[in-house]
Amino acid sequence: MKKIFLYISIFTAITTLNACKKSIVEENERYQLLNPTRPDANAGTWRPILLTTANEFACPTPIATTSPDYVLQLNEIKSFQNDITPEKRKLVNYWGAGAVLRWNEIMRELVAKHNVPPYQNADGTYPIPSANNPLAYPTFPFSNPPYAARAYAYLSAAQYDACIAAYFYKNQYNRNAPFNVDGNIQTLLPKSTLPSFPSEDAVVMGVSAELLKLLFPGDQDYINQKAEEHKRARLIAGANVRSDLDAGEALGKLVATKFIARARNDRAGAAVGTPAIWAALEANTAATGEIPWISQESPKRPGMLPLFGRVRTFLFDSLTMVTSIRPSAPPSTSSPQFATELAEVLNYSKNITREQLRIAHFWADGINTYTPPGHWNYIAATDFVQQNFSEARWARNMALLNMSLMDAAIACWDAKYFYFNPRPSQINNDIKTVTGLPNFPAYISGHSTFSAAAATVLGYVIPANATSYNAMAKEASESRLCGAIHFRSDCEKGLETGNKVGSYAVTRGRTDGAE
Amino acid sequence: MKKILLILIIFLTTKSFAQTEMDGLLMEKNLFCVGATYGKTNWKNYWEGTLKRDNQNLGKVSSSNIMINGNYGITSKLNAIFTLPYIKTKASAGQLAGQKGIQDFSLYLKWVGYTKQFKKSILKGILVGGASVPLTKYTPDILPLSIGLQSKTASIRAMVDFQQSNWFGTASGTYIYRGNVKLDRNTYYTTELHYSNMVQMPNATNINIRGGYRSETWIIEAIANKWITNGGFDISKNNVPFVSNKMDATTLGLHIKYETNFVDGLSFVADGMKTVSGRNVGQTSGFIVGAFYIMDFTKKKKTSSTEPKK
Repeated sequence: MKKIFLYISIFTAITTLNACKKSIVEENERYQLLNPTRPDANAGTWRPILLTTANEFACPTPIATTSPDYVLQLNEIKSFQNDITPEKRKLVNYWGAGAVLRWNEIMRELVAKHNVPPYQNADGTYPIPSANNPLAYPTFPFSNPPYAARAYAYLSAAQYDACIAAYFYKNQYNRNAPFNVDGNIQTLLPKSTLPSFPSEDAVVMGVSAELLKLLFPGDQDYINQKAEEHKRARLIAGANVRSDLDAGEALGKLVATKFIARARNDRAGAAVGTPAIWAALEANTAATGEIPWISQESPKRPGMLPLFGRVRTFLFDSLTMVTSIRPSAPPSTSSPQFATELAEVLNYSKNITREQLRIAHFWADGINTYTPPGHWNYIAATDFVQQNFSEARWARNMALLNMSLMDAAIACWDAKYFYFNPRPSQINNDIKTVTGLPNFPAYISGHSTFSAAAATVLGYVIPANATSYNAMAKEASESRLCGAIHFRSDCEKGLETGNKVGSYAVTRGRTDGAE
Repeated sequence: MKKILLILIIFLTTKSFAQTEMDGLLMEKNLFCVGATYGKTNWKNYWEGTLKRDNQNLGKVSSSNIMINGNYGITSKLNAIFTLPYIKTKASAGQLAGQKGIQDFSLYLKWVGYTKQFKKSILKGILVGGASVPLTKYTPDILPLSIGLQSKTASIRAMVDFQQSNWFGTASGTYIYRGNVKLDRNTYYTTELHYSNMVQMPNATNINIRGGYRSETWIIEAIANKWITNGGFDISKNNVPFVSNKMDATTLGLHIKYETNFVDGLSFVADGMKTVSGRNVGQTSGFIVGAFYIMDFTKKKKTSSTEPKK
């Protein structure tokens, strides 16, 4: 009897102890504060992407640090600093890891949230999300990989141009940071040596919020709330006065207009296509004697964004894409090579090992995730934190990465719908997959194209990691073969194409003035 | 939708029927009852949050399992029970690959802490402490075809069992602590994006009410079982299921056990069950059949486990 009580007590104790261990510290809570090794004070001279010049948009002259209004603004900081609660400290540290980093993370969050395919209509057709009515079902957007790649690119490219503009005016006005003007201002973050007007944090915030509102119009409340938090964090930290922030935000919003105008005219809005176009794609491939791709979903879902291959690229023109980047045709569906590759996929489907399953799931980045481009943004961000880049360099490197990912998406989608090649499980029904079967043609693998582009760019940014990035890209590529959703040719040609796209970003990087 | 399966498999099928930690019966000292059951469950409809729907890309999701069960009488008031299932899953439509493998080993200590004898009836108070641990590295991240949730659990159950002549009723409630689960990926979305491969699992509560006829030869009982996840989130519209969803299910079932008279210690069980309501689980129906044999580790004569003692 006593033994029993002992057993039960032990059991209860273990249970209680275990309960304490449930909380999880997430990787993005561990990021160190941004403290750039090099301030990149000359970033105002770097080559912008869409701005004609760094000062295309005006930034009005700031008030003097000796003026009564400036003193009022110093007092605002002091009132924030009067009682620094743990909540305030947490906010400062969160944003202190970096503006480009956190706004990139916010986009990843929104991409994951909206990356869910719409449910079918009663008649077996599928509704299409509308940007004009984003909160009605199906909510806008369906942030699938091409949508996401484009979104990350616009955000990052705009952040980069906004930083160039801000750094230009920092240099021009050379206004002191509040903690240098008034010794009573505490600094809760590493002291920047840069002039504080206009604030680089606020310019990134201003441009990011505008782009996010365009791309995720149903989440404006959340985006505004983040923007307010960001400004508040900078004031509490004593890093900026209100006018540094207001000027940065205003400048960021102006820069955003150029990118928004481009986004509205980049043909992405028409990428869904029409029933006539969908039918023609299938008929065109059938006419060549090849087996065309057919949706394996029930009811049959139109292929994802068939005209995304025609979206305007950032790094090269559409002629270059067709002549230099588009891969050669896949093995004919009636060729021995095709049969061999099909057998290989069937073999993976039947005999996948636990390690291959791990790889397939690690890189799957499917429904309700931040997509493969998001995964590479996360990889980049985690490594960039260790590099102590300035905000301007963060923005520049993220822009190179994400422009290459968007152009990789365009090149990949161009090939997919140009060749309209079937998935392995379409040809052989015995092929079962361990991850969701994407609803678009197989050739070339999107994961492979994205990953190779990203690895090429990141290997340029951090040469010491180049080998590991390439190994990661190869693993990501092969994960699709293990997962039984791609042929080997899809993966290999995807890597090749991705590498080509990435090299255009590297070429740009070499001449943008940041090296 | 995957979760549905799980629930089904892990809890309803295996644990609420047959020779289990949920009934009010104990083995006599030194008796070891061992058995094997075969169970099959399937569902076509599931609850996406609270919305009931089907999924043409899954069709009918089925799970079959073979389970080894053991129950040893440490004393007549303290029993040790274990279960060890092998599970295989399949979807009749779509491309997602069915999964198979050995799932979680569960061990329970069942203790009769209170006994009150009336003229024609007996009342027992029982406590059951349990723990389960996954025996293989199956993935919990291919729901609804995963064979389990890969969570280590610990549970404590309080039970009241009342029997008058051959009629009885048993009611119990349990609290299940569920340990965090490790995924093969390093981020996942619940109601927000998480940058970790570890998923915090909500704990769970289970209520089991059963009653019917019980004699030396037969047990025939009706069972109502309710599984409640204390927290977790709903599958959003047309989204995929996730390991830490709020999976709830109310299941009704029937359990029959027949103790043979031709082989001493041999018994057969049969169960049927159906999920009548749920949340983020499949609307499962299923059955179990099995055979058990009692071995005596004393020199004494075998005693049926089903007879009320004293």
